[in-house]
Amino acid sequence: MPQPLNQHTGIAAAIMRDNIDTDQIIPSREMKTVSRDGLGEGLFAGWRYTEPGGRVPVPDFILNQAEQQGTSVLISGENFGCGSSREHAVWALAEYGIRVIIAKSFGEIFHGNCLRNGVLPITLPADEVDTLAAIETATVSVDLENQLVTCAQLPDWRAAFEIGEYPKRLLIEGLEPIELTLKDKDKIDAFFARDAAQRPWLYSAA
Amino acid sequence: MPQTLFDKLWTRHRVCDAGDGYDLIAIDRMLLHERTGGVALKSLQANGHEVRDPSRVFAIMDHIVSFRAGRGRDEARSPGGEAFITETRAMAHAAGIHLIDTDNPGQGIVHVVAPEQGIALPGLSLVCPDSHTCSLGALGALAWGIGSSEAEHAMATGVLRVQKPEQMRVRIDGELPAGCTAKDIALYLIARHGAGGGRRCAIEFCGSTVDALGIEARLTLCNMAVEFAAFCAVIAPDEKVLDYVADRAFAPPASAELTAMWTALATDDDAPFAFEIEIDASDIRPQISWGTSPEESGPLNMQVPADARPQALDYMGLQAGQSLLGMEIGGAFIGSCTNGRLSDLQAAAEILAGRRVAAGVRAVCVPGSQAVRRQAEALGIDQVFKQAGFEWGEPGCAMCFYAGGETFAPGTRVVSSTNRNFEGRQGPGVRTHLTSPAIVAACAVAGEICAPSDLPVLEAETV
Ligand code: SF4
Repeated sequence: MPQPLNQHTGIAAAIMRDNIDTDQIIPSREMKTVSRDGLGEGLFAGWRYTEPGGRVPVPDFILNQAEQQGTSVLISGENFGCGSSREHAVWALAEYGIRVIIAKSFGEIFHGNCLRNGVLPITLPADEVDTLAAIETATVSVDLENQLVTCAQLPDWRAAFEIGEYPKRLLIEGLEPIELTLKDKDKIDAFFARDAAQRPWLYSAA
Repeated sequence: MPQTLFDKLWTRHRVCDAGDGYDLIAIDRMLLHERTGGVALKSLQANGHEVRDPSRVFAIMDHIVSFRAGRGRDEARSPGGEAFITETRAMAHAAGIHLIDTDNPGQGIVHVVAPEQGIALPGLSLVCPDSHTCSLGALGALAWGIGSSEAEHAMATGVLRVQKPEQMRVRIDGELPAGCTAKDIALYLIARHGAGGGRRCAIEFCGSTVDALGIEARLTLCNMAVEFAAFCAVIAPDEKVLDYVADRAFAPPASAELTAMWTALATDDDAPFAFEIEIDASDIRPQISWGTSPEESGPLNMQVPADARPQALDYMGLQAGQSLLGMEIGGAFIGSCTNGRLSDLQAAAEILAGRRVAAGVRAVCVPGSQAVRRQAEALGIDQVFKQAGFEWGEPGCAMCFYAGGETFAPGTRVVSSTNRNFEGRQGPGVRTHLTSPAIVAACAVAGEICAPSDLPVLEAETV
């Protein structure tokens, strides 16, 4: 079960590219076992390490810098997490310690995967993201209940964000979506019973 | 109240309001593959849940399987990849779901197999932990890609909690110029409106150009919808679709009732869309990508834009203002769920017949499924590829994405009939140019980026 998330303060790293896809977040070669675990090391492997499959850090890459150790907030551009649906991208981010991602927009499947794994995706207007990204090693605070982002280095700056009630509850309470859905089991059963009468072939395909 | 095709599909599968703008949507059929599906099955079991209705879940081996001709049953193309195959097999057996295994005559890429086997049908809701599930909307299905946790959720409960997306209509009218395909429509659309242009939308493709496309071409068009950030894509089923799905393995026997149900899946006049895009097909030219996002595409004879992203130029080894035509290539790949169907192979074979791949180019063709392979072999298309110097592989995702293991060398410029030109997608440092199968074939022969019409005309006796 993901850890509940409500208030969070942490060091932010800005990787200001648009269209960072899930192949970049976790290259396929780093998905070595049929498991959700052991992926943090492979996070951004193509940018983080000098050689494919190697573990020698690229000194320039932001997450390899000394002052960025313990980064838990990621800042990025448009369409973050586009591409492959692999949930491994979020598992890798979460295992690495990322709890919050602030971007101009997100890939749809990735966005849903974040919510189910205790990672908060925050969409902010482009200029707000750029303001935050301009601060080196920013300390960013997020208040999910009140839907607010602040930054220690920018005392006068604050940004409100939108999030639905359901994703908010998922994250704050660490809800289990399957259990939640099964509260409507009677309605689900009734639907399938009705449907099986209308489309019997769908329920009897050998 | 007039409804769109998408509204009709949504309403048909809506179990109940789940609060906060979410609906519970019933899932008719689910697809899994060994790369992400195995994790979902395993985690489902670990969490003490069962598959609610195993008869409506299908696991297919495609992502990690070796494409080496004569591959073994568990042979993977990446080190350690066998585990994905063997574990998914074991879990599929334990869960009692359908398994289309590596040695099954129906095996292939999940999005190629689903229509072929009649798993995907008009009016069905389908999900798969794979982003290109949107392909299946080409048959008039409600089909979208999900993550592994959602796959678990769908297997355990039979439903998903989803917010109804906004709707966009992309109307394409007119005749496509010679040499243009569904792939060119998709790249043209994404280049013009951006990789985020269809964000969170259910897109309906319609218009006379779409009507004229065959089913395989429609699958190509819908396949690329996720590269446009769409939630899903749909095309209203017509006669061609009804003919296509008839008698498929997992399709119901034809009946007047089914025909009526399926042909009713069309957008009513005056049904509202949040966004509309109109495209004149005659404006489209054969496309190729130059950068590392599908939006970084343009006509084959383009120059790299002056304002191109420096990272993209750097990765692709290009300079702003440079012409793509004439750039030397080292690799050519034909296959994938985008362009790995029979018509794609036929288009490439027309170019390759009587010609040879240029020295220094590694050219690979991997049919999208065993059925495609058998049809191609029956038509002698495999011989055309082989005589031209192409490798002819066993069906699967193959070189579409790098999984560790076999790939092109870093820095190689590759023309590819796939859907993603992301950094490293086909291998570390590999420079992917997305284009249509015929152009891939032409470039392979020329050893450089070119149009099929640029190739020297063949002597009559060699044709
Ligand atoms: S062919 Fe490529 S894009 Fe299609 S499912 Fe396989 S890996 Fe994904």
